[in-house]
Amino acid sequence: MNTQYYQDHFTRLQAATRPGHLHARREEAFRDFSRLGIPTTRNEEWKYTRISGLFNKEWHLPLLQEKTITENDLHAVRLPGYETASELVFVNGFFSFALSNIRSESLTVLPLEEAAANGYSDIVSAHFGHSSGYIKDGIHALNTAFTEGGVFIHLRKTKHEKQPVYIYHLTTAEHEPGFTQPRSLVYLGEQAEMQLVETSMCLGQQDSLNSQVIEIVLEEAAVLEYYKIQHDHDNASQVNTTHIRQIGKSYSHTVTLSLNGNMVRNNLNVVLEASHSEAHLYGLYFPKGKSHIDNHTIVDNRVPHCESNELYKGILDEQGTGVFNGKIFVRQPAQKTNAFQSNKNVLLSDTAAINTKPQLEIFADDVKCSHGCTVGRLSEEGLFYLQSRGIPEKTAQSMLLHGFAEDVLEKIKLEPIRRYADALVAARLEYDIV
Amino acid sequence: MDTMNDINSDIQKAVMADYKYGFVTDIEADAAPKGLNEEIIRFISVKKNEPEWMLEWRLKAYRHWLNMEEPSWANLKHPPIDYQDIIYYSAPKQKVKPGSLDEIDPELRRTFEKLGISLEEQKRLSGVAVDAVVDSVSIGTTFKAQLAELGIIFCSMSEAIQEHPELVRKYLGSVVPATDNYFAALNSAVFTDGSFCYIPEGVRCPMELSTYFRINAENTGQFERTLIVAEPGSYVSYLEGCTAPMRDENQLHAAVVELVAQERGEIKYSTVQNWYPGDKQGNGGIYNFVTKRGICKGDHAKISWTQVETGSAITWKYPSVILKGDHSVGEFYSVALTNHYQQADTGTKMMHIGKNTRSRIVSKGISAGFSNNSYRGLVQVGKNAANARNFSQCDSLLLGDKCGAHTFPYIEVKNNTGVVEHEATTSKIGEDQLFYCNQRGIDTETAVALIINGFAREVMNQLPMEFAVEAQKLLAISLEGSVG
Repeated sequence: MNTQYYQDHFTRLQAATRPGHLHARREEAFRDFSRLGIPTTRNEEWKYTRISGLFNKEWHLPLLQEKTITENDLHAVRLPGYETASELVFVNGFFSFALSNIRSESLTVLPLEEAAANGYSDIVSAHFGHSSGYIKDGIHALNTAFTEGGVFIHLRKTKHEKQPVYIYHLTTAEHEPGFTQPRSLVYLGEQAEMQLVETSMCLGQQDSLNSQVIEIVLEEAAVLEYYKIQHDHDNASQVNTTHIRQIGKSYSHTVTLSLNGNMVRNNLNVVLEASHSEAHLYGLYFPKGKSHIDNHTIVDNRVPHCESNELYKGILDEQGTGVFNGKIFVRQPAQKTNAFQSNKNVLLSDTAAINTKPQLEIFADDVKCSHGCTVGRLSEEGLFYLQSRGIPEKTAQSMLLHGFAEDVLEKIKLEPIRRYADALVAARLEYDIV
Repeated sequence: MDTMNDINSDIQKAVMADYKYGFVTDIEADAAPKGLNEEIIRFISVKKNEPEWMLEWRLKAYRHWLNMEEPSWANLKHPPIDYQDIIYYSAPKQKVKPGSLDEIDPELRRTFEKLGISLEEQKRLSGVAVDAVVDSVSIGTTFKAQLAELGIIFCSMSEAIQEHPELVRKYLGSVVPATDNYFAALNSAVFTDGSFCYIPEGVRCPMELSTYFRINAENTGQFERTLIVAEPGSYVSYLEGCTAPMRDENQLHAAVVELVAQERGEIKYSTVQNWYPGDKQGNGGIYNFVTKRGICKGDHAKISWTQVETGSAITWKYPSVILKGDHSVGEFYSVALTNHYQQADTGTKMMHIGKNTRSRIVSKGISAGFSNNSYRGLVQVGKNAANARNFSQCDSLLLGDKCGAHTFPYIEVKNNTGVVEHEATTSKIGEDQLFYCNQRGIDTETAVALIINGFAREVMNQLPMEFAVEAQKLLAISLEGSVG
């Protein structure tokens, strides 16, 4: 990769922005990036995902937002249920106020720079960049170094009404490959309840790489539902980091659905910093063609009496490859932790592959922790049972797989999104939901 | 809770008990100077009267080793090892080979007796042939004649190099190449002795073969090399057990064990390891960096590893099976117990290559004190390994809140007919379990021993009778009644 190119852009960016917290963090992050570089497969966290190949390409970092996307373009990729949701739109990694639509009174959305400079400087300096302590690679550092056009999202107390917020990451990539690095910081105040849906879409035909970082902070009694839908073009890649920090007794519930894409890497971290917090992590990955989907999750139990539940399921077809690495840390003070993790995979073709590594690191003794992991194919008995009742083999297979996927899909509590996700999976299985 | 505290302090006493097997046998050693270079390797080779090809092999490994880096990926912390501060050759002074046990140095005999494994007892009662290794040179092999009748070769590696060079040359390094990893390369360059075992076609070895390793002279790293070959249709059960005297300084141990099982051949390899784990503050103790690997070369071959690891300051050990033959079977049963400041990073690798291969992993980790215990395993199903089947279970038991238990299972599946299952749990001894026992008149200490033995039972059951007794004693000594 041409590091000089990034250096030049970085110098331009730093010269154009005011000194302050973000400025300093960017400087630090660029130093990290220069030192770390793009991870190779020798890096344990990237053992099964050859991401460095993507960086052989000469990417073009987008300059500040060119107005190339219209309301019609956006409408084509909108997710169901948007009518009642606040819609936040990023174009080529830059937040677009013009396209966004805030439909909740409790929601404040500000450019990250403005939040850092004005009323929210305490929050920004306390939480922006916390994920860097967990993800120490050049790609993450590069995102932090190029924090520009990012957004700060603040949700106040919502009186037990869940506020749906849809985030769209749009990449134009019409004439040249597009490399976008959106960044956001979400803060859920006391008793704030949010249903966050996130998706990214490349509108052009060129290759694209969306390396995004979202950091979410949960205050006392906050509730977060987070749904990530990944169903982009075959030449669209993603490195997607979600870092959830539960600083008050709170509840988080995430579902990651990964279908199409070239190379998809998800980092999902949940840091439990307040007792009696709860975290639920669900995921379904279904690569086909030559897709590669990599899910890395971390649940970090730092205090006593927390509970986490994790279920990731994979269906791997054609030449699709999957990676799952789930880490559970239980620190020494985190007694009475309950942490469960399960990863189940079905291989449909003899060219598909799965590499999985459930990982427990436990330093407290009074805990209940377990993980399980399976790799297999559809049960012969199940198929036979259905076939013996006159159901054709192909349909029987789809039915069983749909049932397999349902365990995760049913965890989506936002009804229009659940139906949408269900339909996407059914279409992939060539199966009509009755 | 007061009674609980009392119990805990009792337990502390028991847990903090001194290492029972720490004593130094006073035998004059014939040692090489400290340090490692080509001269030392030539010295070892000359001392052992080795043929030219052996020396070449050693030198090749050494030159490769010079360009390697010590691995740092394991979940272990230790001060850097100074490879120039180690004596690479030390042999007990014994010019004439003993014809019978009576000719063995009485001092040495007493060492074994103190360990409760007197050779006579073993010979008389259990019919075990013992190839006792003290400081790198084999000094007594029993039952050799009986084995020879069946065509079984069971001797020290040095002897094998002299008397069966064609076999050694054919198989040495065929499973663990001289350049395999940092510690295997080091071992290949400087190994001084070990055991060699060859079971001819169709022979079922009538007794358990066993080697007692014992590290003795001060500052001597022990570099054992073991090679076991089971020809088609043969069977052998091999036992390896170790205890070491107390030491202030860290001692490095980098052994290599290679197993070759041909068609329908079966090898069962059991280990009880209780080397000096260091004192209660974590000073001293053995560094145990071992490469163990077996290959099921032919169809229907089977290799089974069983280990009970209670000693060593650091354990770095991954007994593996390459399942190359169709229908071959690999097994790994392990109990790893760490106390005080011990660290263990151990597990297995099962590489499924042939069709219809099966493997089973049962790993039980017990951590107490300030220790860290990691399971690190790999199950790999290759593209052509149709119908591969694996089941893995890793359970951890934590005794105390200052220790750690970790699992790093890697599962790589490239064939859709493979079925792989892995499960792991971490827990402590429940107060309800203790209460249940107490209420039936079983005191806490006995109850804990009971529960730990139950926890490890699945693995202990795999040990041959002679070993199972000793292994249970070891668990008890290392951990009498620890309660979290």
